[in-house]
Amino acid sequence: MFPGDQMGALFRGLGISHVVTVPDSTLGQWEAGIEQHGLQLIRVCREGEAWAVAAGLHLGGAHPLVMIQCTGLFESGDSLRNALHDWKLPIPSIIGYRSYLNQDTLPGDTCLAYTEPILRAWELDYKLITAPAQFSEIAEHLRGYQEALQPRVILIAEGKA
Amino acid sequence: MSRAPLVDALRALHALRRADDVVISAMGAAREWMALGTHPLDWVFVPSSMGQATSLGMGLALARPDRRIIVLNGDGGLLMNLGSLVTISAYAPPNLVILLFDNGVYEVTGAQPTPAAPTGRVRGDAIDFAALARASGLSSVFHFRGLEEWARELPAVLAAPGPTIAVLDAAPVPHAKGPRSPGPAPERARRFMAALAGRDR
Repeated sequence: MFPGDQMGALFRGLGISHVVTVPDSTLGQWEAGIEQHGLQLIRVCREGEAWAVAAGLHLGGAHPLVMIQCTGLFESGDSLRNALHDWKLPIPSIIGYRSYLNQDTLPGDTCLAYTEPILRAWELDYKLITAPAQFSEIAEHLRGYQEALQPRVILIAEGKA
Repeated sequence: MSRAPLVDALRALHALRRADDVVISAMGAAREWMALGTHPLDWVFVPSSMGQATSLGMGLALARPDRRIIVLNGDGGLLMNLGSLVTISAYAPPNLVILLFDNGVYEVTGAQPTPAAPTGRVRGDAIDFAALARASGLSSVFHFRGLEEWARELPAVLAAPGPTIAVLDAAPVPHAKGPRSPGPAPERARRFMAALAGRDR
């Protein structure tokens, strides 16, 4: 939906310093564009790590963003809970919403059933992005996350799994 | 050689800790470290997400390359996040030191054996954490089997080019309780960040 260069420029404009990530077929395509804008990519082995690495970066004065697929959101709940709710660290994230745009190609993908209820259960302030015309809404939603002390999430609709 | 008492192993570290070192402590190590005193650059990881101390330490080490970041972790915690060793070796922060206290049990839940301990394995063998660390790409790796060796070699561990991991065969603390949070977590986070940024001076 968006090229990596566009996302890298957006993150740079928001003051993001590090992107902590496990790639999927959509988010992984952004890596080169993100690095092109001088942000450091931190590739971790599993998504639970991502929140903790981001927490350490934040505590050290950096401005990390977590970028993972919704499957990784499911996996990483306890780590997310600790960083965002116990310690109240305002770490923003981009979550890829698997199969949202191709619901015919993977009928019955349970990501469609559980992603948004889980985001609501974790009390995360999320914005669903389903079309390129919504690009400006990403920055609008994430801007000011540090001052607001709110962990804000962009949920990016994706195509085939 | 008898396993090292955790509190004595931590006392040896306490004596060597520099004022500007950051110390992250988790689970049983947090309980014993807190008992030795407090420091503005102590990150007592309570409440925690078990297993994430090494990852949090890596993030801090990358954000603050000017500080030595020391992580006090247990074997049960590391088993929950073995991939973190690979991530750490990938980014190789030279200022990160992991001290792993391997007591073979989940201590605070009643000393049940971990799947890495001989008593938790049908074949009765033991998992070699130092070998795991080496296979994960770390090169500054130490393994100590007793307190005397630990106390003697700890200065070399702390001075080694990082990222470093030192494994100590530690004795479980009988009837140990879990660590208690020393205060509201968000407020502690704010104080820690201020201390690290030098705003408390």
